[in-house]
Amino acid sequence: MGMQSQDIIRRSATNGLTPLPQARSHEQEVAKLIDVSLCTGCKGCQVACSEWNDLRDDVGHNVGVYDNPANLSPETWTVIRFDEYEDETGKLEWLLRKEGCMHCAEPGCLKACPSPGAILQFANGIVDFQSEQCIGCGYCIAGCPFDVPRISSKDNRAYKCTLCADRVAVGQEPACVKTCPTGAISFGSKAEMKDLASSRIEELKGRGHDGAGLYDPPGVGGTHVMYVLTHADQPSLYHRLPDNPHISPVVRGWKEWLKPVGALGFIATLAGAFVHYMGVGANTTEEEPPVDLPAKKLENADQDSAQNGRDA
Amino acid sequence: MALGRREFLKNAGTCVGGASAIALGFAPPQAFAQETRQYKLLRAKETRNNCTYCSVGCGLLMYSLGDGAKNAKPSIFHIEGDPDHPVSRGSLCPKGAGLVDFIHSEGRLHYPSYRAPGSKEWQRISWEEATDRIARLLKDDRDKNFIEKNEKGETVNRWLTTGMLASSAASNETGLLDFKFARSMGILALDCQARLCHGPTVSALAPTLGRGAMTNNWVDIKNANVVLIMGGNPAEAHPVGFKWVMEAKIRNGAKVMVVDPRFNRSAAVADFYAPIRAGSDGAFLLGVINYLLTHDQIQHEYVKSYTNAPFVVREDFSFHDGLFSGYDPDKRSYDKTSWAYERDAQGYAVVDPTLQNPRCVINLLRQHAARYTPEVVAQITGTPEKDFLHVCETLAATSVPHLTSTILFALGWTHHTNGTQIIRTAAMIQLLLGNVGMAGGGLNALRGHSNIQGYTDLGLLSLRLPGYMNLPKDSQQTLDSYMQAVVPPADEPEQVNYWHNTPKFFVSLMKTLWGEHATPANSWGYDWLPKWDRSYDMLAYFEMMYQGKVNGYIAQGFNPLAAMPDKNRMRDALSKLRFLITMDPLDTETSNFWQNEGTYNDVKPEDIQTEVFRLPASCFAEENGSIVNSARWLQWHFEGASPPGEAWNDGHIIGTIFTKLRALYAKEGGICPDPVLNMQWNYKEPEDPTPEEVAKEANGYALADITDDKGNIVVRRGELLPDFSVMKDDGSTASYCWIFAGSWTEAGNQMARRDNTDTGLGATPGWAWAWPANRRILYNRASLDVQGRPWDPKRQIIAWDGHHWSGADVPDYPVTSPPNSGIGPFIMHSEGVGLLFAGGDKLVDGPFPEHYEPTETPVVASALGKTTLRNPAARFFADEKPRMGGPEQYPYVATTYSITELFRHWTKHSRLNAIMQPEQFVEIGDKLADKLGIHAGDMVRVSSHRGYIEAKAVVTKRLKRLNVMGKDLDQVGVPCHWGFKGATRKGYLANTLTPAIGDANSQTPEFKAFLVNVEKV
Amino acid sequence: MDNSNLVLRTKLIDRMFHWSMVSCFTLVALSGLSWFFPSLNWLGYVLGPPQLARVLHPFLGIAVFGLLMCMFVRFVHHNLFVRTDLIWFKHIIDVLLNKHGQKLQIGKYNAGQKILFWGIMSLISLLFVSGLMIWRAYFAVFFPITVLRLALLAHSVAGLALILLVIGHIYMGLWVRGSIGGMISGYVSRTWARQHHDRWYEEEVAPTNPLHSKRSG
Ligand SMILES: Nc1nc2c(c(=O)[nH]1)N[C@H]1C(S)=C(S)[C@@H](COP(=O)(O)OP(=O)(O)OC[C@H]3O[C@@H](n4cnc5c(=O)[nH]c(N)nc54)[C@H](O)[C@@H]3O)O[C@H]1N2
Ligand SMILES: Nc1nc2c(c(=O)[nH]1)N[C@H]1C(S)=C(S)[C@@H](COP(=O)(O)OP(=O)(O)OC[C@H]3O[C@@H](n4cnc5c(=O)[nH]c(N)nc54)[C@H](O)[C@@H]3O)O[C@H]1N2
Ligand code: HEM
Ligand code: HEM
Ligand code: SF4
Ligand code: SF4
Ligand code: SF4
Ligand code: SF4
Ligand code: SF4
Ligand SMILES: [Mo]
Repeated sequence: MGMQSQDIIRRSATNGLTPLPQARSHEQEVAKLIDVSLCTGCKGCQVACSEWNDLRDDVGHNVGVYDNPANLSPETWTVIRFDEYEDETGKLEWLLRKEGCMHCAEPGCLKACPSPGAILQFANGIVDFQSEQCIGCGYCIAGCPFDVPRISSKDNRAYKCTLCADRVAVGQEPACVKTCPTGAISFGSKAEMKDLASSRIEELKGRGHDGAGLYDPPGVGGTHVMYVLTHADQPSLYHRLPDNPHISPVVRGWKEWLKPVGALGFIATLAGAFVHYMGVGANTTEEEPPVDLPAKKLENADQDSAQNGRDA
Repeated sequence: MALGRREFLKNAGTCVGGASAIALGFAPPQAFAQETRQYKLLRAKETRNNCTYCSVGCGLLMYSLGDGAKNAKPSIFHIEGDPDHPVSRGSLCPKGAGLVDFIHSEGRLHYPSYRAPGSKEWQRISWEEATDRIARLLKDDRDKNFIEKNEKGETVNRWLTTGMLASSAASNETGLLDFKFARSMGILALDCQARLCHGPTVSALAPTLGRGAMTNNWVDIKNANVVLIMGGNPAEAHPVGFKWVMEAKIRNGAKVMVVDPRFNRSAAVADFYAPIRAGSDGAFLLGVINYLLTHDQIQHEYVKSYTNAPFVVREDFSFHDGLFSGYDPDKRSYDKTSWAYERDAQGYAVVDPTLQNPRCVINLLRQHAARYTPEVVAQITGTPEKDFLHVCETLAATSVPHLTSTILFALGWTHHTNGTQIIRTAAMIQLLLGNVGMAGGGLNALRGHSNIQGYTDLGLLSLRLPGYMNLPKDSQQTLDSYMQAVVPPADEPEQVNYWHNTPKFFVSLMKTLWGEHATPANSWGYDWLPKWDRSYDMLAYFEMMYQGKVNGYIAQGFNPLAAMPDKNRMRDALSKLRFLITMDPLDTETSNFWQNEGTYNDVKPEDIQTEVFRLPASCFAEENGSIVNSARWLQWHFEGASPPGEAWNDGHIIGTIFTKLRALYAKEGGICPDPVLNMQWNYKEPEDPTPEEVAKEANGYALADITDDKGNIVVRRGELLPDFSVMKDDGSTASYCWIFAGSWTEAGNQMARRDNTDTGLGATPGWAWAWPANRRILYNRASLDVQGRPWDPKRQIIAWDGHHWSGADVPDYPVTSPPNSGIGPFIMHSEGVGLLFAGGDKLVDGPFPEHYEPTETPVVASALGKTTLRNPAARFFADEKPRMGGPEQYPYVATTYSITELFRHWTKHSRLNAIMQPEQFVEIGDKLADKLGIHAGDMVRVSSHRGYIEAKAVVTKRLKRLNVMGKDLDQVGVPCHWGFKGATRKGYLANTLTPAIGDANSQTPEFKAFLVNVEKV
Repeated sequence: MDNSNLVLRTKLIDRMFHWSMVSCFTLVALSGLSWFFPSLNWLGYVLGPPQLARVLHPFLGIAVFGLLMCMFVRFVHHNLFVRTDLIWFKHIIDVLLNKHGQKLQIGKYNAGQKILFWGIMSLISLLFVSGLMIWRAYFAVFFPITVLRLALLAHSVAGLALILLVIGHIYMGLWVRGSIGGMISGYVSRTWARQHHDRWYEEEVAPTNPLHSKRSG
């Protein structure tokens, strides 16, 4: 039952024929709820994340916006996105969104990962990368519908938010949640976070945000990082948050469809060859004594062989 | 716990690894052992502290390696919020969250260094040598330039050729030592950050309400129904305090409004935003007063009973063409005789409770504010009229007794030549709405540095003494004449008029300063206090420095080159010093002002003859001590590690230099040695006083048994004072700062208390200790009517039980004075009420506020039709005139401010924060950018008549083009955080642009409105 | 040994290309398979820790590509389809059933080999292009994720196809006795040549002097 449980329910590149231990029941999933209507874009969460996780990104550049570092990176697991939006009436809004891993219930990263155990999903919903097992192939990047994982050029391994699995494991909230000055980030069981979200949405609707709603996209089975959006009808306003994220069909084709086909191909090829050999036997050559060469040919053999040698 | 299992399984896994082939592709067994990263805090030592940056004073848990064993040298490796802290509740903003990188910054100084005149480099020196030489330099300069008597022959005992800046980033205990150190030598030019910061707040709120501080507290903001954020940007400057604005929104349905030149991060989560032209807030707020009075939306009973609205003003008081009666244009100052009440036969002020007399304050105010109609306000401020009216209506709605609005403000109001008057206007609005003293109401001045409130309390300003007493001036040659001037006479019978106790506080201070040398015979050492002839505030002193009249300067935890306006001139001023001493944990721009940094600091080191001593100080994490947050809470913090390298605590530095200086005076004699030698410095180790000794000294001791009226002993000789009520003016008590009395009593260190029980409405009187007397909401008696009934029963914070006042908070009232006693709730004022009309000597520029334009303004003719455009009483140095520019050359209004990620010029040394805002930028509205062909991310040059900076352009819709007086006006936003030192990319000091002119009342510079031009480079 | 019965089929340089390519290919294919089929994860250890396999795979892949391109240049003119290839196709069943006898007019490489040749060449090109695109360390950043997904899919498909093709190729080598020896030593017997590549034998081998051929091998 414990929300801090570290029991693994999904493991990358692991055969479904050998299920993971699952006798213990874990009904309590955790979730982080980010209420964009309370976020001031202070970046406290960004700093706390890097501080807790001992990450120090490069001191970059200002590129004409407040977003810094300019993007997620192996050493920046969460960034605040600042988007200016003017509605039809000309009312200006500064839409601030904390970007980072969504801890999908059906994680595309995990689906794509080829290295056994490099990505784990815990019973409480946390999707965590195990750097030791990571080979740095980057498939998780292609698999993720949210463009989250990043590969470090220092060690060629993929990194992203762990939902502070190490803190959660000992019963603490994630570092970003704890630090958030305005209470824009909350943490608790997923059920409770949904309740909290609905009360927040009600409040926001009362303030005239008719479009307020919860972002818990069903396309990825729901997420363990959810947003309360003031424009839940247009998630993409918030720095291209996907309207309807799902694992790409190409990825599914690659990971779900191609595998059995490939396996069949192997079986067919190997079996075909075997059957053929059994049926037909070796293709041997009955050796005969050397044939006499026509004399005229022998005369210019030198020349010919040179020619042939070139061609052979 | 996990370690064992993990390691075991890992090894097991390796063995099994080879066999895994057997499993033919099925997941190898070691996989199940995988776990998350190790939890890194198990068994680390946890130390409690407070964030050192801003005045929210968030609680910290610092984790250090080593469990405290003697053989282990602790090192702090992680800091997170203290969840028990009633304000921060575990939160930290990006600055607090990045504190480890300040503690371990590459910019930290590890040993003292010295720069010889004309040299291009630093050289390392020992503490011994540094302190010897500094003591010698100080003594020589003092002996040469000390002034014992002025031209009139009055004893003044001042030393003007050396000045000192005390650091509001340091603890109270450091501050107390700073004061004793500087004043014993006769230094007048002693200032702290308050001078550049909230000076106008104190000079506005004290005359209006009685005390210069934030009236309520951080948590109390949650009780508000309306939050007006104007002249401040708490989401960025006080992010964790801002939590309670969000609480008000969530739990109280509060409406949050932001009025700011920029749509900032506070606006991002507000319900309403209105743009305004920087420097025009006075007009806006006077417009609000006009609205409230014309629509009669004021809380009548409150106004009548708790303000001086019914007081009758003298006939000869007048206002005409932007000037009050008594103006002398030559002196640029007022004769304030007419700014006074009518007096009756006993000398008491005349009051007309019917408010009928046309010379009642309220009627004069109505007339005064009537000029600020919505149309005029819109013209001056550029705020669209409907937006202005929306603010008026929303505020007006809280004139009913059961709704409150709170006003959160800071530098957007202080940093103007008219700053004091702007803030006073806001305070008057709150009085008219009946919001002062109420939970969820008040004037919440959001202070600056973590201990700026403390340094203001401790009297670290050029003309101040601790506890808001004034330093005597030349004409106050005797203690009596001083007392006569500073102890206010009763304006009304039976009022508390708390300042009548001044003699007790003053004598207790003198007993702390001079110990047994303070006797009735020598008026408690009165002559040893330096006397002033004029202000030696920072602007004035840098002007003197520029003129070559200053030889030495000590900058402790202060970076004036970066922080003062008109940087190029300040650099030239510093270049004229003989010696500069800096004490700072970091390598600051100031200590390196002589370094050539190319275009960022274009100087020739060989031409600069200043000797510089750069002394490495410790930081908050490396000391015990107390700091005072904006809500006046004195919070005690603990050392988590020792300072790096050879760095010393501030007390150690000051103590060592002072001890050496005294030894020199003892040995060699010198000019006026008495104050130096008599200054009480009775610490166990004079070179290194402990914070605990000093904190107790600040609280104060009984020097003899103290008895009450009935002769019972209430405090024994040698005991710590329980509070300031027991203080005496006969020398039997000693206390450095009377308002701190009660902070460390016989019951222990009250500042370290950690009971966070909410006693109601968010009050937590068991957490730390607040001055005065642990009160959390000032003037809280005003939350009840004269009969003692709460204006709003849901907000009852104190109550009369038949004998006493008591409740969730400590009553700000004589606890045994019953309802209907006629005693007003504003006990610091001789009138007992809040002052809509602040007469007498309180303000230099008028008893009513008036809108004046900034020194550099785009406006050429006043919309009010007056000829006096700028503040007529603002001080203007002749040299500054040619440094001012006009709108022809500099058509845009610029303002400077801070952003969440960085703190002043300090956090750029913290890697984590440097990552968050790596490079200098300016904000430009999209329309202006279009016009100038500037795209986001382009490099632009912003120039004023004083210099230029180059920075990246952030092009934004958040800076709206305004219509001011019928013309388009664009504004430019200049955050000031970058410089030529630190972990960020190098940048220009933003203060290259700003004008060196101050608020008329407090000489706080006008950083927030000036003229610039913008070009693409 | 008497080499007089042998004819040179593949020159040393080409054998070098082929076998060095084969060794790289093995590593590339095994490491590739280790990622494609998680159950074959252990194949990733062919190059030491799987991380190393990940690092080396693309480089070795490029080596494979490069060597194959060399082979392409040298082999292409034998692999251009000619009209007589139709004869081979018509008798494909007989070929597979190991029924010799008819004159199939097979040139140096039979039509099946030519298909293999072109299959290999096109698949490796596709692998090369897609492989570069999905190469995290250098090039992946230049492509949008949607494109990467397609490239990954293409790379996997092509990789699998190529591996399967190569398995077939190897099988053929094993089945047709003498051909591997031909690829190792360079020589095949005259009979072998006549039996499997009759037109080649007649047009190019029969007239040659084996003694001289040896020198040039
Ligand atoms: N992140 C961060 N926090 C800090 C600090 C810091 O450097 N960084 N410094 C600390 C210190 S020392 C202080 S004193 C406080 C300061 O706290 P604040 O005063 O809140 O900070 P500022 O950013 O200087 O200015 C606040 C707002 O005033 C606006 N403003 C400028 N001119 C005008 C004007 O004429 N009228 C109005 N209405 N608004 C105007 C600016 O756009 C800005 O949004 O913050 C403290 N906290
Ligand atoms: N243009 C413009 N200029 C401004 C402002 C503005 O809004 N606009 N704001 C003004 C305001 S409000 C202020 S308060 C000033 C601030 O001006 P400064 O006080 O110069 O600013 P900080 O960069 O905070 O410098 C504080 C210094 O204290 C040091 N310090 C920290 N802890 C300790 C300690 O324990 N002991 C010692 N000895 N030193 C310590 C730090 O390392 C740092 O160098 O700037 C003012 N200047
Ligand atoms: C020509 C140059 C080649 C390049 C640059 C290349 C590059 C890559 C890259 C970058 C990957 C992703 C894993 C990683 O980062 O290593 C990959 C995977 C793979 N490669 Fe290659 N490769 C090349 C050739 C080949 C060849 C010749 C084969 C096989 C015959 C092959 C088969 C595979 C397979 C099967 C995968 C795994 C795909 C999956 O798991 O779906 N590659 N290759
Ligand atoms: C153990 C593995 C392999 C064996 C035993 C093998 C064997 C051979 C043999 C015997 C030949 C010569 C056929 C002939 O002379 O008619 C040959 C040719 C060739 N092999 Fe392989 N091969 C192997 C792997 C590969 C691989 C992995 C590739 C490429 C991906 C490859 C590509 C070729 C090519 C392109 C030719 C030339 C065929 C032509 O030009 O049509 N081989 N191989
Ligand atoms: S800490 Fe909270 S308020 Fe600050 S940026 Fe992160 S989510 Fe937003
Ligand atoms: S957001 Fe991306 S990285 Fe995070 S769990 Fe979902 S798929 Fe994986
Ligand atoms: S980069 Fe690492 S985590 Fe991502 S898919 Fe590859 S092995 Fe898995
Ligand atoms: S949950 Fe932890 S790892 Fe994830 S963003 Fe927050 S602090 Fe970073
Ligand atoms: S800077 Fe202020 S708000 Fe931020 S953590 Fe420190 S005290 Fe709290
Ligand atoms: Mo400040």
